[in-house]
Amino acid sequence: MNLHEYQAKTLFHDFGLPVSIGRVVQSADEVPNALSQIGGDSWVAKVQVHAGGRGKAGGVKLVSSVEAAQDFASSWLGKRLVTHQTDADGQQIASVYYESLTDIDREIYLGAVIDRASQSVVVMASTEGGVEIETVAAESPEKIIRASIDPSIGAQAFQGRAMAYKLGLKKHQVRQFTSIFLNLCRLFHELDCALVEVNPLVVTKAGDVHCLDAKINIDSNAIFRQPKLAEMRDSSQEDPREEHAAKFKLSYVAMDGNIGCMVNGAGLAMGTMDLVKLYGGSPANFLDVGGGVNTASVSEAFKIILSDPQVRAVLINIFGGIVSCAVIAEGIVEAYREVGVSVPVIVRFDGNSADEGREFLRASGLAIIAADSLQDAAQKSVEAAGAQS
Amino acid sequence: MSILVDQNTKVLCQGLTGSQGTLHSTQALAYGTKLVAGVTPGRGGSEHLGLPVFDTVKDAIDSTGATVSVIYVPAPFCLDSIFESIEAGLDLIVCITEGIPTLDMLRAKALLNRTHTRLVGPNCPGVITPGDCKIGIMPAEIHRPGNVGVVSRSGTLTYEAVKQITDNGFGQSTCVGIGGDPIPGTHFIDVIELFENDPQTDAIVMVGEIGGTAEEETADFIKEHVSKPVIAYIAGATAPKGKRMGHAGAIIAGGKGTAEDKYAALDAAGAQTVRNLAHIGEALAQVLSN
Repeated sequence: MNLHEYQAKTLFHDFGLPVSIGRVVQSADEVPNALSQIGGDSWVAKVQVHAGGRGKAGGVKLVSSVEAAQDFASSWLGKRLVTHQTDADGQQIASVYYESLTDIDREIYLGAVIDRASQSVVVMASTEGGVEIETVAAESPEKIIRASIDPSIGAQAFQGRAMAYKLGLKKHQVRQFTSIFLNLCRLFHELDCALVEVNPLVVTKAGDVHCLDAKINIDSNAIFRQPKLAEMRDSSQEDPREEHAAKFKLSYVAMDGNIGCMVNGAGLAMGTMDLVKLYGGSPANFLDVGGGVNTASVSEAFKIILSDPQVRAVLINIFGGIVSCAVIAEGIVEAYREVGVSVPVIVRFDGNSADEGREFLRASGLAIIAADSLQDAAQKSVEAAGAQS
Repeated sequence: MSILVDQNTKVLCQGLTGSQGTLHSTQALAYGTKLVAGVTPGRGGSEHLGLPVFDTVKDAIDSTGATVSVIYVPAPFCLDSIFESIEAGLDLIVCITEGIPTLDMLRAKALLNRTHTRLVGPNCPGVITPGDCKIGIMPAEIHRPGNVGVVSRSGTLTYEAVKQITDNGFGQSTCVGIGGDPIPGTHFIDVIELFENDPQTDAIVMVGEIGGTAEEETADFIKEHVSKPVIAYIAGATAPKGKRMGHAGAIIAGGKGTAEDKYAALDAAGAQTVRNLAHIGEALAQVLSN
């Protein structure tokens, strides 16, 4: 789960990380009051969306009057921002964040992630501030300084100092950086983060180390024990179909093809999409109905798949483990009648009660195409979608 | 012979009295698994499914001699259950539960690395040695005893591979679901090393998916240390970047973890890669008949 910059900065502040004074607004009317609370006569205005690359897309601006600040809010609020990290539709802008100005001497990258290969939290820093860490890793990996945090003992000050010296920081900056390093690691662990990034971390003209940006991604599996963070969820930033699917314990990801896929299990769902592609088709989505699949979830899955106007055929691939294909077959027939399916539906059943499931579909008299095998199902779906478009 | 579990393995179940524990333990008992005890704090001294229930794992081990635990405890309490079983000195823990916080898994791994206990999972279908011992949620009837070792990150994809192996006239020595989380207790390499050293296993089927670099690291291991044929399939060739595909660990992040990278590494390591999901069984049959 992603947080907005303004939310992340509030949390940074709570954990003793130095951030600029800022205020968030949801309407242009709130701007004068927000600016007077911040003080000064120039500010940075930033649209709040769950995506990087805001600056290049015009979503960040230096404003030197209350009017200019209000104009910025009026021009962006309610619109969508398209950056290199978003899709073509961009992300909804519901709030703008204003901050006091910072005079920058140099920029540094600082981030922490759960590193799968070393099975620990790894903190990374680089002298290439403001640049995406993936770019640095690809072009000049030697510039990335790493510290691995032992899950049993936690982050240690010496690790922060070692990093500060390698970054070329000076005496009081070393102390400041070490404190930032330790507080960042404390925040990471206490808030169940999956990723925290400060890009850039800057040294100000006054010589102080300061967090200019803040990005936090929370481990979705841990939301149950982070009620305060759960309230920060902004569903306007998520794909509405994915959001809707999640409510029914369906895992859905939209793609741009025309063959809708409904599968039990994440791995099999990916494998089914790959097979569709291999036979010359194009999957419209990833959809895992999960292990606890029932009539209601099959019906909902149908509705979500068919809400995509591009869909020309639906491929249902169920490997019955604990779940019986006969139960799924009933769900399909019920959903078919309830939802009013107008595109060809191809069903492949295997495993638990597959024969009964197929027989149930045949007996229903509905125009559902039963496939003999996985390969047959993929081929028939591609043919059906081709004939429809 | 088989790996990890056989007909003599005594298993206890943490979370036996819950709905998942009850459902899958009933099936395990019907299969003939030597499930000998349940552990539910506060229910010690009672009986469930004809098995004695204990308050602690230690009590269950002392009374029954169990060496393996299967966990169906809900995610918020799983780390505690894993710690308890490690501390009690069990050889193997199979954790079925999905949704454990990643930082919990890092802490579990830190303790596992200091002990002899092995953890399989979490977020996995479990482990089965066909005919002998079924621990987990996989459908029993698709398996046959045989000479093919199966290791996979995905549940239903494991069933798919197992069914194809069986349909082609072969059987499985042991099938291990290592789970779809970013920090699994046991890796492909650990399981493949066990299969390499298992006299019953003649070929290995490995089912990977996008996300992380475990398959690439496994490719290096196969190249250096594995003499038996490895048939490898990777799911997610069509998955978009930056999107989590159902499993917590199935995400292409920072350009890393694509199916193409994994196939390339496995090809270079001499594994027999299969790009058509429907062809795993055929590819295996071809390898084993040569």
